[in-house]
Amino acid sequence: QSTLVVAEHNNEHLTPITLNAITAACKLGGDVSCLIAGTDCAQVAEQLSKVQGVKKVLVAQHEAYKGLLPVSRTSVLELQLLGRVAAKLDVAPISEIIEIKSPDTFVRTIYAGNALSTVKCNESVKVFTVRGTSFEAAPLEGGGAAQEEVSPSAPVGISEWLEQTLTKSDRPELTSAKVVVSGGRGLKSGENFKLLYDLADKLNAAVGASRAAVDAGYVPNDMQVGQTGKIVAPV
Amino acid sequence: MSARVLVGVKRVIDYAVKIRVKPDHSGVVTDGVKHSMNPFCEIAVEEAVKLKEKKLVKEVVAVSCGPQQVQETIRTALAMGADRGIHVEVSGKDYETLGPLQVSKIMAALAKKEEADLIILGKQAIDDDCNQTGQMTAALLDWPQGTFASEVTLEAEKLKVVREVDGGLETIKINLPAVLTADLRLNTPRYATLPNIMKAKKKKIVNVKPADLGVDVNSRLEVLRVDEPPQRSAGVKVETVDDLLGKLKEAGRI
Repeated sequence: QSTLVVAEHNNEHLTPITLNAITAACKLGGDVSCLIAGTDCAQVAEQLSKVQGVKKVLVAQHEAYKGLLPVSRTSVLELQLLGRVAAKLDVAPISEIIEIKSPDTFVRTIYAGNALSTVKCNESVKVFTVRGTSFEAAPLEGGGAAQEEVSPSAPVGISEWLEQTLTKSDRPELTSAKVVVSGGRGLKSGENFKLLYDLADKLNAAVGASRAAVDAGYVPNDMQVGQTGKIVAPV
Repeated sequence: MSARVLVGVKRVIDYAVKIRVKPDHSGVVTDGVKHSMNPFCEIAVEEAVKLKEKKLVKEVVAVSCGPQQVQETIRTALAMGADRGIHVEVSGKDYETLGPLQVSKIMAALAKKEEADLIILGKQAIDDDCNQTGQMTAALLDWPQGTFASEVTLEAEKLKVVREVDGGLETIKINLPAVLTADLRLNTPRYATLPNIMKAKKKKIVNVKPADLGVDVNSRLEVLRVDEPPQRSAGVKVETVDDLLGKLKEAGRI
């Protein structure tokens, strides 16, 4: 038995959520391998091979992977991939598990966290994503994984990545922040969010927002917290 | 363009209803509970109808899988402007275990049968929160996907899709035929007007069975039990900044 974790990175760093996924994979038992795909990711592959618990790192580099880059929610990237991989394997995938009961039984939330569902997966291959905030991050050192190049398949040319406009911020990333300051409609305007930014900078916190505040245009949508936004887990 | 769009619409417990878990932990209470169209599916329908209004597509077909009641959901889509409906009848035990994999097989089979050029779905359903059906449908058809779409433009037989990703926005260009999944800010769905609701009653809904489409709806996932989440303790409201700082210090947070 073995588990493959798809690593997320921005060509320089691993996305923290990958480390949470590795912890989840280790809980399943068996060998843990990581797949890393990108355009220039030798540095990240190096980091990844040091992560405790990882046995093998598979590296696939190709121009076609451009844009398949820095993303992380139970990440849009994971959700993007999960379905496609699972359908090709003809297995039912499981999104965002929060607990591993046994190698085939998982807990996940339904109805925006208003109920918890325990699911037994009778598929031969189990395809799932983990809610990063429910698992500890695997230590970045102490491991010694072998690296292996895999040749990427030829691009099929049915879609093309054009550009990305990312919101820049020096504050901690929302999904992994230890402290989160969140605002809603009560702040009445985008300008008033400055109050939260100032507070957050003092607390070294990330700033989140309710759907109402995002819908009203006070702040960009990548700040949204909740069912359709990001899952936060402050300590 | 003479394109045909398939739109998936799912009947779910209304977003405003407080979810209750059944005492025997077999699921959540659905009897006597208000149901409506999944909000993300409404956005998908709206986008399809808008494309039709701009004369970029010829026909919008609303599809729903489930028991007799899902016809109400299809009617809602028809009242919003879809041209006709397809009810894929799944009931009893099969409906209980019906998941994204089975639904995407149905959508893929229908896309071929109806010769669709575009499938628009909601990015996720607010009941199971799976966020899988669009991706799986695209994979089964080997079509490109534009998931989490917040802006869609049709340009010379290609779709330019602005996607909501974690750090901001991403723009991709994909070939048709394609699968789109609608994110929250793609559009604001319209309310069906009374005349349109009346008109929708005359529109046609065809009934098919998964077997007619060659789809096996057996599921290899089994829900063992459903539980209430742990209770959250109530928060506190503070009057002043000093109170807030005091409380945070008390809790050892700063």
